[in-house]
Amino acid sequence: MSLDATPACTLDLLGAGESGIILALDAGQTLGHRLAALGLRAGKTVRLIRRARFGGPFHVRVGTTDLMLRAPDARRVQVRRA
Amino acid sequence: MKRIALVGMPNTGKSTLFNRLTGAQAKVGNWPGITVDLLSAKLLLGDSMVELVDLPGIYDLRGFSEDEHVVTTFLRQQSVDVVLVLLNASQLERQLQLYAQLAQFGIPLLLVLNMADEAAALGITIEREALSGWLGVPVCLVSAKHGQGMEQLRGLVVRALRAPAQAAPPDDAVIEAALKSAVHVPAQASHRLTEKIDRVLLDPWLGLPLFFGVMFLLFEAVFWLGTPVQNALAAGFSALRAAALEPALAAAPPLLTGLLLDGVYNGLSTVASFVPLIILFFLAMAIVEDTGYLSRAAFLIDALMARFGLDGRSFVMILMGFGCNVPALMGTRVMRSRGLRLLTMMVIPFSLCSARLQVFLFFIAALFPPRLAPLVLFSLYVMSIAAAMLTSLVFKRRFVNNDPFVLEIPPYRFPTLRQIVLRGWHEVRHFLRRATRFIVAGVVLVWLLTHFPVAAAPGGVDTWAGHLGSWLSPVLGPLGIDPKLTIALIFGFVAKEIVIGSLAVIYAREGGALVSAIAHDVTWVQAYSFMLFTLIYTPCLSTIATLRSEAKNAAFSVVAVAWPLALAWLVSFAFYQTARHF
Repeated sequence: MSLDATPACTLDLLGAGESGIILALDAGQTLGHRLAALGLRAGKTVRLIRRARFGGPFHVRVGTTDLMLRAPDARRVQVRRA
Repeated sequence: MKRIALVGMPNTGKSTLFNRLTGAQAKVGNWPGITVDLLSAKLLLGDSMVELVDLPGIYDLRGFSEDEHVVTTFLRQQSVDVVLVLLNASQLERQLQLYAQLAQFGIPLLLVLNMADEAAALGITIEREALSGWLGVPVCLVSAKHGQGMEQLRGLVVRALRAPAQAAPPDDAVIEAALKSAVHVPAQASHRLTEKIDRVLLDPWLGLPLFFGVMFLLFEAVFWLGTPVQNALAAGFSALRAAALEPALAAAPPLLTGLLLDGVYNGLSTVASFVPLIILFFLAMAIVEDTGYLSRAAFLIDALMARFGLDGRSFVMILMGFGCNVPALMGTRVMRSRGLRLLTMMVIPFSLCSARLQVFLFFIAALFPPRLAPLVLFSLYVMSIAAAMLTSLVFKRRFVNNDPFVLEIPPYRFPTLRQIVLRGWHEVRHFLRRATRFIVAGVVLVWLLTHFPVAAAPGGVDTWAGHLGSWLSPVLGPLGIDPKLTIALIFGFVAKEIVIGSLAVIYAREGGALVSAIAHDVTWVQAYSFMLFTLIYTPCLSTIATLRSEAKNAAFSVVAVAWPLALAWLVSFAFYQTARHF
C-alpha cells in the first residue's frame, strides 16, 4: 500500500488514539514558529491522545513531548493518517 | 566581573538550576532597554566571582514575543561571556533548534541538558562526548532538581570562561547527524505512570469534577492552615503593641502616638498579616504547578474560558482569588502573554476574598433572617463571578492574548521540599519589598482623614473623612449608602478586615449593640447595596499595590482601580433604585 492511498486531512479530524504524519503547517509566522519549537514539524508523527469536553483543546503527542492546542490551531496542521 | 546568562525553553527547570547554582541569593535587577525584572546573582566559580543572569524562558528567537525580545536585547547589548543553554534532555529532538539559533550571537555557549534522570528513566541515552564533538561546544548532563552533575557543570563553566571558544552555528544537517549518532531514543518512550494518571484526571467525565474537588481541597487547606496563623500573628502584634510600644510612647503627645501606632504600626502589621497566606498560597501553587497539574487544569477548563478571552490558567488564579486576591495576582506570572496576564489581573480583584466575606457575614447576620442568609451570601458569590466575566468581556479586545495557546503538558513530577520552600520565600520577599511602603502610606492617610481635625471624635462625621462622606453623599446617596457607611467604605479601601472595626468606631458601639444600631439605622436594601459596592469596588490597598508592581504600568493600574469603582456604582445604583420600591 502506498502512502498516497490515505487522503490528507487536518490534525483536528484524527480520532483519539490515531496517528498522522505531518505534511505541512498552514500557520502564520508566530504560530508556525511556536508549533515548530514544540516539535510539530513536517515529517514528524503526531498522535492525538484525547480531546477536552465541550469543544476544548486537543491533547497530542509528538516525539517525547505532550502538547495541548485549540481547534483553530489544530486545523492548521495538515496530516496524513498513519 | 564576568557575566553568564542562562537561557532555555519554558518547562526546562531554568529557575531550579538558577537556584541550585546561586543558593537562592538572587536579587531583582533592572537593565537598560529591558522592561521586565531579571533575576541575577553573584557566585564564586573557581577562584573568581561571576554574575549569573536568568533570562526569560523562550521557545524561539525568531518570533516577536516580549520574552524573546528581552533575550535578544540582553544578548546584543550586554557583555555576556558565556551563555548556558538549558535544554530538556528528553526533548533534544526539538529543543536543539534553540541552541542553533543562540549560536548565531557569536557568544561562547555551554549546553546543559537538564532532567537527565527523567531521560534515563525513559530509556534515552545521550553520548555526551559525541554530542559535544558534533556541535563543537561543551555538553553537560545534570538534574537541577536533585543536584546531580552540578560539579561537572561548574568545572565546565570555569573552563569556558578561562578559554572562551565559539562554535559555528550548526545547520539542520549537523543537528540531524548529531541527534542520530549521539542521542538514542527508544521507539516507545513514554511516561507510563503519567499516562495512567492522565487517564483518570483527564477523563471526559471525571476530569472536571476531580478538578473542582482538587481546587476545593487546596483552597480549604490554605485557609484552614492560614487563618489560625494569621490570627496568631495579629494577636502577637497587638500584644507587642500593648506590652512594649504603648508604654514606650506613653510620654509622647497623643497625636504622635496615634500616628505611629494606629497609622504606621497598623500598616506594618497589615502587611505582615498577608505573609502566612502568601506562603501557603504558593505552597499550593507549587503543588499545582510543579507537579504538572496546572497545565491539565488549563486543558480541562479552557473551552469555557476561551469565550471570555481568558484561558484555563486564568480560571485557576480566579479561584485562588476567592481566598486572597494578592497572591492570585502574583500567580499570574505563569502566563507568558502580557495581554492575557493583564486581562486576568483585571478580573481577579472581583473574586470575593475571605476579608470581604467577613464584612458580608456581619451585615447578613445583622439584617437578614437566618433562613435567607445562605441565599444572600450565595447571591454575592454569583455577583462576584458575573462581575469578573462581564469585565473580561468588556476588556478582552483591549488586552488581546497574542500568545498562541499551545502549551506543553509536562509529565507528572514530584516537587522537592527545597523547591517549594524557595518559591514561598521568594514570593514573600517580593511582596514585602514592593508593597510595604505603599500600604503603610495608605494606612497613615486614612488615619489622618479619620482623626483630624483634632476636636472631632475619631472616625465620626466631623472628621475630614466625615466631611468627605457628606461631600460624597450626592454620589453615594442614590445608592442608599449614608455618610456613616461611606466612612466605612473609605476604611475598606485600605483593607476589608477593618471595615467592621471602623463601624464600631463610627457608631461608638461594639458587638451586639453595634448590630442592633446598624439594623435600626439601615434597611436591608441599603445593606445589600452597600455589600454590592463593597464586593465590586477596590478590594484593598494591598491588592492595588500588587497590581501596580506586577503590571508596571501606571495607566493599567488607574483603569484597574477606576473600572471596578464605576461598575460598583452602576450595580449598586441599579439595585437600590429598583429594590427600594418593593
